[in-house]
Amino acid sequence: MREYDYHQASTTAEALGLLQQYGDDGHAMAGGASLLLMMQQGLITPGHVIGLRGIKELEGISALPNGGLEIRPLTTHRQAERSPDVLSYCPTLAENFSRVATIRIRNQGTVGGNLVHADPAQDPPPMLMALDGEAVITGKNGERTVPLDGFFRDFFETVVADGELLTAIRLPPIPQGTKSTYIKFLPRTEDDYATVSVAATLRVGADNVCQDVRVALGSAAPVPLRAKKVEQAVRGQRLTPELINSAAELVREEVDPISDVRGSANYKREMARVWVGRALRSLLDGSNGRS
Amino acid sequence: MGRVGPGRQPVYTRQAHLDVISDLFPLTEKGGSGLSKHQLRFQINGEIREVTVPAHRRLIDVIREDLELTGTKEGCSVGVCGACTVLVDGDPMSACILPALFVEGCSVQTIEGLAPDLEHLTPLQDAFIRHGGFQCGICTPGQIMAATALLADTPLPTTDEVKRWMMGNLCRCTGYYKIVESILAAADTMASGTSTVSGPRVGLQGPGVKGA
Repeated sequence: MREYDYHQASTTAEALGLLQQYGDDGHAMAGGASLLLMMQQGLITPGHVIGLRGIKELEGISALPNGGLEIRPLTTHRQAERSPDVLSYCPTLAENFSRVATIRIRNQGTVGGNLVHADPAQDPPPMLMALDGEAVITGKNGERTVPLDGFFRDFFETVVADGELLTAIRLPPIPQGTKSTYIKFLPRTEDDYATVSVAATLRVGADNVCQDVRVALGSAAPVPLRAKKVEQAVRGQRLTPELINSAAELVREEVDPISDVRGSANYKREMARVWVGRALRSLLDGSNGRS
Repeated sequence: MGRVGPGRQPVYTRQAHLDVISDLFPLTEKGGSGLSKHQLRFQINGEIREVTVPAHRRLIDVIREDLELTGTKEGCSVGVCGACTVLVDGDPMSACILPALFVEGCSVQTIEGLAPDLEHLTPLQDAFIRHGGFQCGICTPGQIMAATALLADTPLPTTDEVKRWMMGNLCRCTGYYKIVESILAAADTMASGTSTVSGPRVGLQGPGVKGA
């Protein structure tokens, strides 16, 4: 590990200024839970760490007037899982935050830090993608908004550029009648990374015709991934367990998992199919999905 | 009670600890300019302390080395095992991955802060003894701090709530059943308003010791 100077910023503008000042030798730190481990392993070696903790405008959660939700990046996972605003927006999202790692990590790690860390095995990214979330990114030239579907570029890499900060996560209102679920396959222990995880939202009309659907996976590719072929095969169709099963087969072509201790790439591809099928069937028959 | 408590010779010396840490995380290179120093003022177990730390110093090093409170143990050093669990403003955190400067102005509680003396253990500490909630003991300070936070949050947890909360505190000895049993017994004791958990203290008192 390389020793570093720590500079506490008190506003977003000050943090952006410090990031610009230190350039390649600077790195932003929120809760530090992931960053510190990467620094200890020598994977990231900044000489100057810009501390974001204490920037009040980057804390907290707000229900938006349109029925959506804004989560600011310094919110810890623990705060998010217990937030009445998150709970009334979507109970599945609160539950998703409650399933991140352990209570100690949820008390330290932040929602924004988790997203920019861009570990494809994390829980919130697929859930936030299934809810059609977007990231607000701020740099010295102002703000830009990027759908989370296009936010992740590769393992541990996002579209947040040098000198920029993730400053908000915005979620649109959820159409009435939409059900959602988040399930993960944990063959070893509850606090392990998933072999594969699936977040899904589904809205069906009369005769079980699918009006809207989003399916996203974690641990299944270098980035958290929307299963768009599956969605396409389901949208507009009259849903039956059989139709869902055949749509779920398409996910095998979409995922790109790695072989590791949690299973071979081929095994994970099969598990992606199995768990996408389970997620959508549970939303159809109401056995797991919440309104 | 004579075999536990202060006065025992530590076999794990400060130097041995420092050697292990520097092997794990060698400081190979100096970065930054002046290598910022940070003066911290925070409460530990109710007492206000001030220390000056470099930015990379971890809370566990401040606790164990600067403040010489060695009840908090270091296990995995990567935030996974829970041995170093301490409470920061009441919330369980891994002291091994928390930069010390993050506790500025906070109230930190360690295992030393629970009981005023050996005769006045908390119901949870007492329950761990009576119900065999530990064997080798290395994970126990972390288990008890995590469970202390649980009972403050949820005074009468279900078995599932205990398992879910304690999921990240690893124990290689007990198989966890005795830990869950201890926490549920402490919750019952606290709810009933009595000060001690019923039943003998496993391994510490002669008659009535079962299954230790």
